[in-house]
Formats: sequence, structure tokens, C-alpha cells
Amino acid sequence: MSIYAPDKVWWKPIDREEKIWFVLAIIWMLVSFFFMPLWHVIGKQNQSDESYRVTTDQYAELAGKFRDKYVVKDEKGEEVTINGVAVVHPPPGGDAYIVARMWSWQPILELEKGKTYRVHISSVDLQHGFSLYPLNINFMAIPGQDYVITMTPTSSGEFSILCNEYCGLGHHTMVGKMIVKD
Amino acid sequence: MSEQKFRTCTITGLKVHGPAESLIKANIITAVIFIAIGGIAALLVALTRWPAVHLLPAHWFYRILTAHGLDMLIVWIIFFEIGALYLGGAVLLNARLAAPRVGWLAYILMLGGAVLTNIMVLSGTSDVLFTSYPPLMAHPLYYLGIILFAVGALIGVLLFFATLYKARKEGVYTHASFPLVTFGFIAAGMIAIYTLVHGAGIFIPTLLWSMGLMNMNPSAYRLVFWALGHSTQQINVAAMISVWYLLGTLTVGMKPINEKLCRTAFVLYILIISVASEHHLLVDPVFSNAHKIWNTGYIVHLAVLGSMIHALAVPAGIEVALRKKGYTNGLFEWLKKAPWGNPGFSAMAFSIFIFGFLAGISGVVFGSEAVNITAHNTWRITGHFHATVVGGTTLAFMGVTYYILPIVFNRQIIAKNWASLQPWLFGIGLILLSGGMMSAGVYGVPRRHWDIVSFGGSPFAFTWDPTVYMWMTVMGIGALTAVAGGVLYVWITLGTAWKGKPVA
Ligand code: HEM
Ligand SMILES: [Cu+2]
Ligand SMILES: [Cu+2]
Repeated sequence: MSIYAPDKVWWKPIDREEKIWFVLAIIWMLVSFFFMPLWHVIGKQNQSDESYRVTTDQYAELAGKFRDKYVVKDEKGEEVTINGVAVVHPPPGGDAYIVARMWSWQPILELEKGKTYRVHISSVDLQHGFSLYPLNINFMAIPGQDYVITMTPTSSGEFSILCNEYCGLGHHTMVGKMIVKD
Repeated sequence: MSEQKFRTCTITGLKVHGPAESLIKANIITAVIFIAIGGIAALLVALTRWPAVHLLPAHWFYRILTAHGLDMLIVWIIFFEIGALYLGGAVLLNARLAAPRVGWLAYILMLGGAVLTNIMVLSGTSDVLFTSYPPLMAHPLYYLGIILFAVGALIGVLLFFATLYKARKEGVYTHASFPLVTFGFIAAGMIAIYTLVHGAGIFIPTLLWSMGLMNMNPSAYRLVFWALGHSTQQINVAAMISVWYLLGTLTVGMKPINEKLCRTAFVLYILIISVASEHHLLVDPVFSNAHKIWNTGYIVHLAVLGSMIHALAVPAGIEVALRKKGYTNGLFEWLKKAPWGNPGFSAMAFSIFIFGFLAGISGVVFGSEAVNITAHNTWRITGHFHATVVGGTTLAFMGVTYYILPIVFNRQIIAKNWASLQPWLFGIGLILLSGGMMSAGVYGVPRRHWDIVSFGGSPFAFTWDPTVYMWMTVMGIGALTAVAGGVLYVWITLGTAWKGKPVA
């Protein structure tokens, strides 16, 4: 029994039931394993493989230049903002930068449906969690790493970005927006 | 070695070494006191996350959540495990504990560390949650407390190995192989050693960083932290499965069907699991996809194979034992006639069920590389690990307490009827809690979040799919049920230890 000394010789052959179970488990695990690389071929949503080391200052500078260049302006030439956050329209096929900081996501990206973008995500202070609602897509925003996610919006509308990594006492107020136009 | 120091247990015939007995008692009682503290925190946290109640203000929510994570995941579980290791090393082998004084040193370090960390958290200087991801910084004494606790635990584990060595050397235990339960504890102990070394590897630099003495790379921290944080979970799994084998023997007289397979499964845990920790980093920058797939694919699945082996061996062993008692009608008479009123048995059964179906399956799914994008940091994860470490490990530990009380404390359980009910309340509560969390998480409900209704007044607030609120309510009802089960457990354990009638 399990709490007493085992038989003198316990290295005994495995019986049929356990063998069948064992083989089934191995087969199931092989399937589940091979699906991971396979999903990169047949799946529509996958991990990004691209990230770079940056300092938080470098990242803030890159993102600032991007914002100033592509910020949306109205007829009077004034910057368009929603709740005080600038709306930026990156060039299709180009780079777009999102900055996470306590406690906002900036700017608001305005993307076009069906076009592909290289969206950069990083933080300039603590660790944050990029979580896109209602799609439920989640990536980490870590200071010191520029995470480049290639994405092609397939539906239009307004999306929310919430923070799902604890980032201090205002963590729950950290909500942002992303817009996809037809 | 004086013979008087031993007492013979009238239930199992095991010889219980006096100093070992005192140390096991101290560690188990301390564990139970911390599950009580962590349980109060659990109630407060759950009632805050339940939108209909929303109890605590924001800063207290994060503070109490920090305490809940630490006191439960670290303090309760590890104190109990150290007690269980002394049980598996000394009592099960009829041996003496190698060096009781060292055991008390370990105990004092752990207790001191736990108290220090709790003080730092509750004083409001360390609202960092138990992961304390830099650059978020706690008070240096917070990290010091954790280091003291880990050093104490490491000493306790080494004492367990010293005890095995002495039992051999002094000719007390002569069989070539240790009993299966002790073997499982050895696996847990070996994992504990390299885990705690990683703990030092991350918390000592973090302490220095918090004192302004060095820099800290947030990505590197995550890697080493999870080598500690996830591998500890594997100590829990190995210890929990050993406890299943222990409870199976004590409750229905189960025998492992094939020792070779069971032991191989434990060896797989020792070899594989440290790399599995990287599934916490699946949506981090830095690592390549190939690396992530290799790590969570090939490697982790070998550890899963270990679990699959136990997943058949344990229930099958129980079935065989019950059929031998004559419950042979049809497919399921053995299950119907099982001793469901024995809290040791029902706790084990719930633990096996919750761990196997809710925790194991969700873990393998969320830990695969692509799926993790939709699970990371949502409540799917919180639901998953309440199934593993609460429904699985904690419930198994609760069950074995009903045997430790008579064997080690030499006391009869008070309030037997309440004790029979206890695992049912805790188990059913846990299924609702963890099911509610995982289901809400499917919609993206974040973990560790004070206000998913109005986002603390953020102008960008949005409204969730209404189904989310239903699942949050299921979570809340489950939390209340589980807390009721937890209250019973604490009351029965402390009450029995204090006032229970002697066994013989
Ligand atoms: C009656 C029992 C319990 C209830 C009702 C409960 C409830 C909760 C709730 C509501 C959360 C907060 C989730 C969030 O905001 O994201 C939580 C977090 C957590 N719980 Fe429990 N819990 C219980 C027992 C336990 C036990 C026994 C353990 C460990 C052994 C545990 C470990 C944790 C951990 C590690 C966290 C995560 C903390 C963090 O995200 O920093 N819980 N629990
Ligand atoms: Cu944040
Ligand atoms: Cu946050």
C-alpha cells in the first residue's frame, strides 16, 4: 500500500488498461502539440515574433514623432481629441505606436478596415496589460521592450483597450480606445 | 535515540516521534491560522469584485488582494507542506526527525518572514500584489520577509531529506524503496529545492534594487520570478497527489495498480516542470514563437503525461479497492457505496474531480501558445488556478487534516457531522467560484481589477456583454459557499487540536 513499504520487486509490467490509457494520452498530447505550429499556418490570429529593446525615453520619442505626424485635424486645423486624447490616423501598411502609462492608453488609433498595420505596444513606466474589448486579445506592455504586432482589422467600429496588469492604485481607470473605419 | 520519545498510533500502528509530532503540530496549526487570515481576505476580495456588492474602496481592495495571494498561495500552502514532509519523512517511516532544533529554526524563520511581509502589506507600503512586477516597488522589508520565509522553507525541506538519510543509516527503514507517498513527497521536496533557489535568485536582487543598489530589468524579472512562481505550483501538485495516495490508503485501503508507472510519473514532474513556468510569458515580448512552442509544447506535455498517469492510477486504485469490499454490481455501485460521509474521502474525491476536470484541462488549453492570447490576465486564469491550488491542493490538504488530527495530534474530531459536510461545501463552492471566473474571463473580464462597471469614472468606460454579470454572480455565490466551508474547516481543526478528546 502507498504508505507502507512496496513489494520487494515493484518494477512489474504494466497491464492492458493502463497501457491503452497511456497510449491514448500520448496521442492526444501529440495532436495538441502539433496544433501549435500548425495554427501559425491555418489560424487567423497568432503571436507576434517581433520585439526590440528600447529605453522608455526612446520609445516615448518615437511615439511622439508618430503622433505629431499623423494626428487627425479638423477643418480649422485643430487636433481632434476624444476625452482629451488625440486621434491619430496612421498610414495603411505603416507603423503605429501605442503608449501605455499610468493610467492611459495614448493615442486613439484610427485604422482602416482590411488594411494591415504594424502596431507597436510598450510602456513608459510600469508594466501594463493591453486587452482589446470586445475581441479579448491580450498582450503585455513592458517597459524596455517594443512589442510589434502586425494586425489587419476585419471589422469596423469602436473598440476599448483596458489594462489587465495591475499598475498601481489607478489601474482600473486605465481605459483607452481604438477606432476602425470602413 | 531514546525509545520513550515514541508513541504508537492506535489507528495506523505507526510510531510517532515526539519532537516530530510537536513540529508537525506547529506547522499545521500555523498553516490553518494563515488560511483563516487569507480566507477573511478572500471574502472581502470576492465581495468587492462581485459588482452587486462592491465592498471595499480601491486601495483596500488591492492591499487585501496582495495579502490574500501571499497568505494563501505561499504561507498556508507551504506551512502545510512542511508539516506534511515531516509526516512523510518521520512518521510514515517510523523514524525520528533528524534534527528537531533545525526544524524549529526553519519554523521561526518562516513565521517571522510571513508576519513581516503581512505587516508591510497591511501598513500600505507595499501594494504590489504577490507578483511585485518591477518597476512597481515595495518596501525593502516586504522582500526581506519573503526571503526569510523562503530560507526557512528551504531549511525545512533539507531537514526532510536529512530525516530520510538518518532513517536509512540508522537501520530504521531497510527496504530498498521508500513507500509511494514518501516517494511523492521526495519529488515535491526536490522540486522545492530548485524552486526556492530560484526564489533567492529573484528576491535577493529585487531587495537590492529596492534599496537603490542595482538595476532591474522587468522582462528578466518575469522570467526568473515565474521559475519560482510556477515551480512552486508543481510542489503543490506533487504534494497533492501524494496526499491522494495517502488518503486513498487511509479511507478505502487503496493500493497503487502499478508502482512503476506511478513512480515514473513523479520523476517526469521533477525533470520537466521547471521549464513549464514560461507559459506565464506566452504573450510577452522578448521570446520567439519557436521558443514558446517548444517550451509549452513538447516540454510541458511531458509533465502533463505524468498527470495523465495519476489521473487513471488514482481513481482506478480506489475503484479496485472498493470492488474488493464487495461493491461489484454494475459499473458504478462502488462509486455509490463509497464512504461519502467520511470527510477524508469526500475531500479527496472533490479534489480529484476539480483538479482533473476544471484545473487540468483548462490549464492545458490556456497554456497553449495561440489560445493564451485570449486568456492571459483575464479571469480565465484566476478561475484556472483556483481549481488547481484551491479545489485541488487545498481541498486535499483539508481532507488529510482529518487524519493528521487523530494520528499526530492524538485527538478525536469534534463535530463529526459538520466535518462530513465541510468538503462538500468547499468543493461545490469552488466549482461555482472557479466556473464563474473562467466563464466571465471568456468575455475578457480582467483579473485584479477593482471596477469593471464604471472603471473608476473613466470617460472611456464601456459596458460588458450582460452575460458577464450573471457569471460574476455565480462567482459570488460560489465564494460565499466556499468561505462557509473554509470557516468550518478552521473551526473544526483548531477546535479539535485544542479541545478534542484523546484518541486512546
Ligand atoms: C474561499 C476560498 C477563496 C475565495 C472565495 C477566493 C476568491 C478570490 C478572488 C475573488 C480573487 C480575486 C481575483 C481578482 O481580482 O483577480 C482571488 C485571487 C487569488 N486567490 Fe483566491 N480565493 C479563495 C481561496 C484561495 C486559496 C486557498 C488560494 C491559494 C492556495 C488562493 C489563491 C489566490 C491567488 C494566488 C489569487 C491571485 C491574487 C492576484 O491576482 O494577485 N485563493 N481569490
Ligand atoms: Cu496599466
Ligand atoms: Cu493596469
